[in-house]
Amino acid sequence: MLDQPKLDTSPKVSDEVRKTTCYMCACRCGINVHMKDGKVAYIEGNRDHPVNKGVLCAKGSAGIMQHNAPSRLRAPLKRVGPRGSGEFEEISWDEALEIATGWLEPLRQEAPEKLAFFTGRDQSQSFTSFWAQNFGTPNYAAHGGFCSVNMAAAGIYTMGGAFWEFGQPDWENTKLFMIFGVAEDHDSNPIKMGLGRVKERGAKVIGVNPIRSGYNAVADEWVGITPGTDGLFILALVHELLRAGKIDLRYLAEYTNAPVLVNCDASSPDHGLLMRDENGKLLVIDRVTGEPAAFDKKGVKPDLSASYEKDGVTHRPVMHLLAERYMGKEYAPEAVAERCGVSARRIRAIAAELARVAFEEEIVLEREWTDFRGQTHKTMVGRPVSFHAMRGISAHSNGFQTCRSLHLLQILLGSVEVPGGFRFKPPYPKPVSIHPTPHCKVTPGKPLDGPHLGFVRGPEDLALKEDGTPARIDKAFTWENPMSAHGMMHMVISNAHAGDPYKIDTLFMYMANMAWNSTMNTRGVIDMLTDTDEDGEYVIPHIIYSDAYSSEMVAYSDLILPDTTYLERHDCISLLDRPICEADAAADAIRWPVVEPDRDVKGFQTALVLLANKMKLPGFTNEDGSAKWADYADYIVNHERKPGIGPLAGWRKGEDGLTHGRGAPNEDQLKTYIENGGFFVNHIAKEHAYMKPWNMGYQEWAVGMGLYDSPQPYIFDLYAETMRKFQLAAEGHGERQPPEHLRERIKATLDPLPVWYPPFEDGHVDPVEYPVHALTQRPMAMYHSWGSQNAWLRQIHGRNPLYLPTKIWEANGFAEGDWARVTSAHGEITVPVAHMAALNENTVWTWNAIGKRKGAWALEKDAPEATKGFLLNHLIHELLPPKGDGLRWANSDPVTGQAAWFDLRVKIEKTAAPDEVHPTFAPIRSPVGTGPDELRWKVGK
Amino acid sequence: MTTLPETTQRKMGLVIDLDTCVGCHACVVSCKGWNTENYGAPLSDQDPYGDDPRGTFLNRVHSYEVQPLAESGMPHPAAQLIHFPKSCLHCEDAPCVTVCPTGASYKRVEDGIVLVNESDCIGCGLCAWACPYGAREMDEAEGVMKKCTLCVDRIYNDNLPEEDRVPACVRTCPAGARHFGDLGDPDSDVSKLVAERGGMDLMPEQGTKPVNQYLPPRPKDRVMAAPDAQIDVLAPLLAPVAEEPKGFIGWLDKALEKI
Repeated sequence: MLDQPKLDTSPKVSDEVRKTTCYMCACRCGINVHMKDGKVAYIEGNRDHPVNKGVLCAKGSAGIMQHNAPSRLRAPLKRVGPRGSGEFEEISWDEALEIATGWLEPLRQEAPEKLAFFTGRDQSQSFTSFWAQNFGTPNYAAHGGFCSVNMAAAGIYTMGGAFWEFGQPDWENTKLFMIFGVAEDHDSNPIKMGLGRVKERGAKVIGVNPIRSGYNAVADEWVGITPGTDGLFILALVHELLRAGKIDLRYLAEYTNAPVLVNCDASSPDHGLLMRDENGKLLVIDRVTGEPAAFDKKGVKPDLSASYEKDGVTHRPVMHLLAERYMGKEYAPEAVAERCGVSARRIRAIAAELARVAFEEEIVLEREWTDFRGQTHKTMVGRPVSFHAMRGISAHSNGFQTCRSLHLLQILLGSVEVPGGFRFKPPYPKPVSIHPTPHCKVTPGKPLDGPHLGFVRGPEDLALKEDGTPARIDKAFTWENPMSAHGMMHMVISNAHAGDPYKIDTLFMYMANMAWNSTMNTRGVIDMLTDTDEDGEYVIPHIIYSDAYSSEMVAYSDLILPDTTYLERHDCISLLDRPICEADAAADAIRWPVVEPDRDVKGFQTALVLLANKMKLPGFTNEDGSAKWADYADYIVNHERKPGIGPLAGWRKGEDGLTHGRGAPNEDQLKTYIENGGFFVNHIAKEHAYMKPWNMGYQEWAVGMGLYDSPQPYIFDLYAETMRKFQLAAEGHGERQPPEHLRERIKATLDPLPVWYPPFEDGHVDPVEYPVHALTQRPMAMYHSWGSQNAWLRQIHGRNPLYLPTKIWEANGFAEGDWARVTSAHGEITVPVAHMAALNENTVWTWNAIGKRKGAWALEKDAPEATKGFLLNHLIHELLPPKGDGLRWANSDPVTGQAAWFDLRVKIEKTAAPDEVHPTFAPIRSPVGTGPDELRWKVGK
Repeated sequence: MTTLPETTQRKMGLVIDLDTCVGCHACVVSCKGWNTENYGAPLSDQDPYGDDPRGTFLNRVHSYEVQPLAESGMPHPAAQLIHFPKSCLHCEDAPCVTVCPTGASYKRVEDGIVLVNESDCIGCGLCAWACPYGAREMDEAEGVMKKCTLCVDRIYNDNLPEEDRVPACVRTCPAGARHFGDLGDPDSDVSKLVAERGGMDLMPEQGTKPVNQYLPPRPKDRVMAAPDAQIDVLAPLLAPVAEEPKGFIGWLDKALEKI
């Protein structure tokens, strides 16, 4: 027997486990924080949590390095040097709040719109919007406009819900999973878990992405599509499925507006609008009677085929218009193959595979349910084809229509809200009709007239002033981008600097690195932030910023409100916002201070409560003038959005004890959440878990949970009538008329049926001069500006070469270690390159936001992130190149205003290796110094 | 020189599914976190905020591009990317143990785990040199050799719930690509998985007899791979019901009659 050392194989793991919600990215997983000696010792996933069920990604596991990062801000800061110098002095919170209210309160009393309040990756939007509404400014939004609003808005306008927070594939039943433009972040752990489940069952995965990395690397089929052509590819699949009759007719007739009658008289002012009865109900032809009937009438059998004449006007079902458009030769695989970079044969093979799985591998669940027409069904029929998509298809100027095209494909296959398909998560499904419309009416000293953001139903809902000019600084909800449901954060600084549509006084931002990676045209935006007028005053007079870390944006602000780390704060992941629900359950969660801050910092939301209390903002103040809430935790527990509905749904006070959903505030609510692992979950009965938009059992459960005030069954909008209303205006109908220069664009892009048009940059930039598409992707182990200072994660992703496909690599004679000059119509960068074969042959790419500015994030000035890391942002402008018409054309989707990051075209040239990447930026002075030279992190003994 | 046990009672190890691993590095960081806080010295990081950050990791993920060979049905196969997590394979004939001059490196009789007894390690580095897989890392701060312990302080730990008595990397893997068990027992779940999926030794020519096994990626891009036979299977699925919208509407009417 060998002499082996004796080991203690049962050492004590920790003193205590505290369960809270991760914030290392936006996915909101549950975590177990192991504590030793009062300090954070180890973080793992919470097995009971509905989002991650115990697993945790690299970012989450590196949370300990984020929580203890040397880049944490320590106290409020007042700028003492010029903007951009990084020269600050630490001040007290009293002084910081005094300075802020000194700027804000006069604006509130005289011109609230002169405050632009934009929050970045904010998970408290229902609160921050409430604050802005009570302040009275119309200028509020979060980061959706530069992130993925096309995906969210197209989903909601088409089917009353979208991917990611609002839905998920039926992981347990799907037999074919197809992803489009999915970068390696959203929905981080659930997608990985789902892929694992799908593969375990031997089901197939198809990845459509110019880059074969991450999820696309494990996909069984990789379609290395040309960027910006996904919509064309999808509509070619639709073309093939229609020709073959491989569509779910029953589903289309019963659950969509395919049978709804459309006015087809080109001379009518209602041309293209849907036919309604005297109660405003959409009309279909009932196959039983052959007569028009309300779509939801008891027993009605909607006809997809029959037309209807009334007063000499022909009305045809949406299905006719669909067939006419997509059976056209322009959508045949042969017609699109070259532009998509996918062979016609392959497009057909994929269409056939979709058809085979959807219709030959049908799933039938024995679950009885009753639909909104009163019919009871013994079973639930599933088409086990599921889809997911994200920024890759969304961040183009044709992104909204591309996302709509994908939803059209899903719905034609009958694969939404059915077993094996795509499923909604509460509070979705939710029809557009119960979303708010945008509000923008300003009254000095008073709250705004309603919520800022919403879903327009037509020109009447645009955020325009009486003179027709934009009411909002970002020009959201204007003719330039009428359906901009998330606002347009990427236009705020540019518009404020240009005084277009007006000048502002104070820019107030949270968690948005607008002086670096969160902005287009980084150099230009830095200049706008520091630009002065003829009197030597800054063009944007005041900038307040809140961040937990010493990011690049800190240096460009006048007043810093230091935020806590995610382990030191209260938060609610609310059903009023973007909760943590699963398709089978409603769920919400909290963060709570598992450790108290050791610095003079406050959670940003608490700072907002204090500011509101100082200004006595209406919604924050009792009738006697006292403050309603002392801090954010107090708000979370005691705020009621309407009677009985608060930020957290779990453990409210009912008439007979504790209840969920609707109920009075419960002073012990946070304690109960903590005891329950930091979250609340309420499951949906099996019979109500599918077919939710039409399932009366689900509808009634949702009313009980407070998700709806009354049942809201609806049908999917394959034909988006709202868009047609904007087209009608562009054709000259109606009182609110678009400016002349936008008429043709609105007619072409706000098509009520999904359509493909080339990305705008293709029309503004010479494709021969700039033949190459350039993209970024997020790495799985790094979350843009939140992660790059993380001591562990930067050892995995500290560098970001530009990856070049074989064709470009060989044509330019590149070799390992080479550098390239990359030029767009807007700018030029010089960067290190690397070869990647598994890449679309006309596409280059790099990891997002690895590049850092010298002096930021407590990194040393010679950190590779600052010397070799780079941003593509320098090549992307927030405006399209001037057309000579004197107008500022946004580089955004014309429907939603989403930033068109991925329209970028470049040319690549080999160049001598410089010492550092270009452009170079002078170092900023760090308000926190730099990190230690060595880490030996062990908190226990 | 240190002696290996002739046999071990069990052969505990990992089975890593290269078909499912998405290369997310969750295992890498979870391992770093657990093993910084637990067995032996913390895994230190040098220059963690500077120009050459380098720390000790017991598990790393590498990515390799693979160019499949052309075949008749697929003359231009697309390149593929394989994510390849790598840590100590707990070899049966572990050269890192036999080369150890102090006996600090050893292979446990009861479960086959290869460990370093840090108090006996002189940091000579011979074991890292002997390991053909590059699976050992010298901790710069402590001056001792670090390696995967298979979380020996988790897998038998009475202070953890039973379901958590697996290595940290296995517990955290979001895609479920990592499996843990006794590869010496042909009836264990991991052995069955290896048999079912054609699990492989890494670099068998080295003669190290690694315990850890890798499951190969499934064949990819097959929708177009086979000669026309494959397409013929799918073609009837797309047999047209109509070529023009008018014909389609006629078909629609008839088809609706049937449902």
